[in-house]
Amino acid sequence: MSWIHELAERWPDMWPVLWLGTLDTLYMVLWATLFTVLFGLPLGVLLVMTDRGGLTPAPAVKAVLGAIVNIGRSLPFIVLMVAVLSLTRFLTGTTLGPTAAIVPLSIGAIPFFARLVETALREVDRGVIEASHAMGARRLTIVAKVLLPEALPGLIAGLVMTIVALISYSAMAGAIGGGGLGDIAIRYGYQRFDDYYLWATVVFLVIVVQLIQSLGDVLVRRMSHR
Amino acid sequence: MINAVGLRKVYRLKDREVLALDGVDLHVRQGEIYGVVGQSGAGKSTLLRCVNLLERPTAGTVAVDGEDLTSLSGARLRAARRGIGMVHQHFALLSSRTVAANVAFPLEIAGVGRAERRRRVGELLELVGLQEKARAYPAQLSGGQKQRVGIARALASSPKVLLSDEATSALDPATTESILELLRDLNRELGLTILLITHEMDVIKRICDSAAIMEQGVFRESGKVLDLLATPGSLLARSLFPLPPADAPGVVTITYPRQFDEPLMSELTRRFDVDVNVLGGAVETVSGQSVGRLNVGIQGANRAAALAYLKDKGLLVEESTR
Ligand SMILES: Nc1ncnc2c1ncn2[C@@H]1O[C@H](COP(=O)(O)OP(=O)(O)O)[C@@H](O)[C@H]1O
Ligand SMILES: [Mg+2]
Repeated sequence: MSWIHELAERWPDMWPVLWLGTLDTLYMVLWATLFTVLFGLPLGVLLVMTDRGGLTPAPAVKAVLGAIVNIGRSLPFIVLMVAVLSLTRFLTGTTLGPTAAIVPLSIGAIPFFARLVETALREVDRGVIEASHAMGARRLTIVAKVLLPEALPGLIAGLVMTIVALISYSAMAGAIGGGGLGDIAIRYGYQRFDDYYLWATVVFLVIVVQLIQSLGDVLVRRMSHR
Repeated sequence: MINAVGLRKVYRLKDREVLALDGVDLHVRQGEIYGVVGQSGAGKSTLLRCVNLLERPTAGTVAVDGEDLTSLSGARLRAARRGIGMVHQHFALLSSRTVAANVAFPLEIAGVGRAERRRRVGELLELVGLQEKARAYPAQLSGGQKQRVGIARALASSPKVLLSDEATSALDPATTESILELLRDLNRELGLTILLITHEMDVIKRICDSAAIMEQGVFRESGKVLDLLATPGSLLARSLFPLPPADAPGVVTITYPRQFDEPLMSELTRRFDVDVNVLGGAVETVSGQSVGRLNVGIQGANRAAALAYLKDKGLLVEESTR
């Protein structure tokens, strides 16, 4: 069990690196989550509304949005990251570091989240929507007061999945200098063959994912009245 | 109160068309309970959904409380719908809202203020007997309680007309009974006009003043229930009183749409010297009156006179068709 001793000896040096990496990861992921919700939620709502039999059927719009989402979803994240480099530079002035990583992270997660939103909204009982029409509700009222609240547990579950996916993307962003825990794993673990850093980042990532998942599960349970 | 004329509805599917309504005229009087009965697929739901324009009829007009709904759209149609309550087979409650918030929903839509909403919700929950469930969620209620919430919600904006799509079809018999009673009470106490559709004859028998029998998108028969029962060959009478087939010679079906205290059958034997043999029958309370229907074998030389006597007494006498 000599590795425990070695770890104990090295821990004071490793801890600040890992802690800062964790903060960088959270920083990227939280901002990316914010943008993802900001764009992905309306996109998901539009996908459902423009559907045949939706609130505002528009097959052409639906086809275009669906195609955009599918393109976004089918690009591997690592490819997407390279593909949007110039946009990243345009928006953040750089292509390195956690702030720059927010751009590809958001772009990668928006279509992913939009599909999850679409799925969650589709679960809403059509009878309830029809009942709202019968009560004389406007379509926007139905979205705001029926569709979204009724789908809330599903939306939160989808959000948690998205955040977890963003954490995993953020580790990939580390590969091209995005910072965060992934960056540490690459720089220390891969390039210097330092297994201590490698496994420590793994443990940190697992803990972060676990915390977010548990928090999400509690929220979903609290919101669900089915 | 509800006047629909020449309603047709064609659903256009990819490969074919479905003719759901094929020229229906519907006239529901103010303050009555009108039941439309028919088998699954007859077009009942389509008809009901055409009444509040959830479904726009392919042809024909719908007027509710004097207002032609088919000519409305947008904000004016939504406003008109607020004057028509609707109750759904599967309740259609918002699972994310408490009972009180569900009942308040139509009031929110109508832009009623918070204090007024709270007052009105209290009243409505009392009306349906669910005050103590105000803070419960629909998932915590029984089917009957859910439907009471559905009814309270439908009444929130004080509609004059209530539409009910199989409101009791998902409920057990005892609960069905209590919901039908509630509808009856609301009809009497609030003067609420109710148009309900059902596949259960029992519902027609218990609470309907008028009824229509629907088949393949048309009304086969419609009118006041008691009038229909007094009509020769009535499908409604046959469905309400399923008698064994009366195919023996000389058998007639007698319907008496009111209470008879006279001993009619012994009277027949005495006066006309005929043999009377009751083969089957039932007495039921329909629209609050007791109505009977019997299959009776009558034989003898004076049979024709005996039948004439019964008709004279106001009974409906139908010769066996076979
Ligand atoms: N939205 C729809 N699209 C296509 N066909 C429909 C639709 N709604 C009902 N129909 C068809 O119209 C007919 C009447 O249906 P419905 O009004 O639901 O009958 P009921 O309520 O008496 O069971 C059925 O053949 C049904 O399949
Ligand atoms: Mg139906």
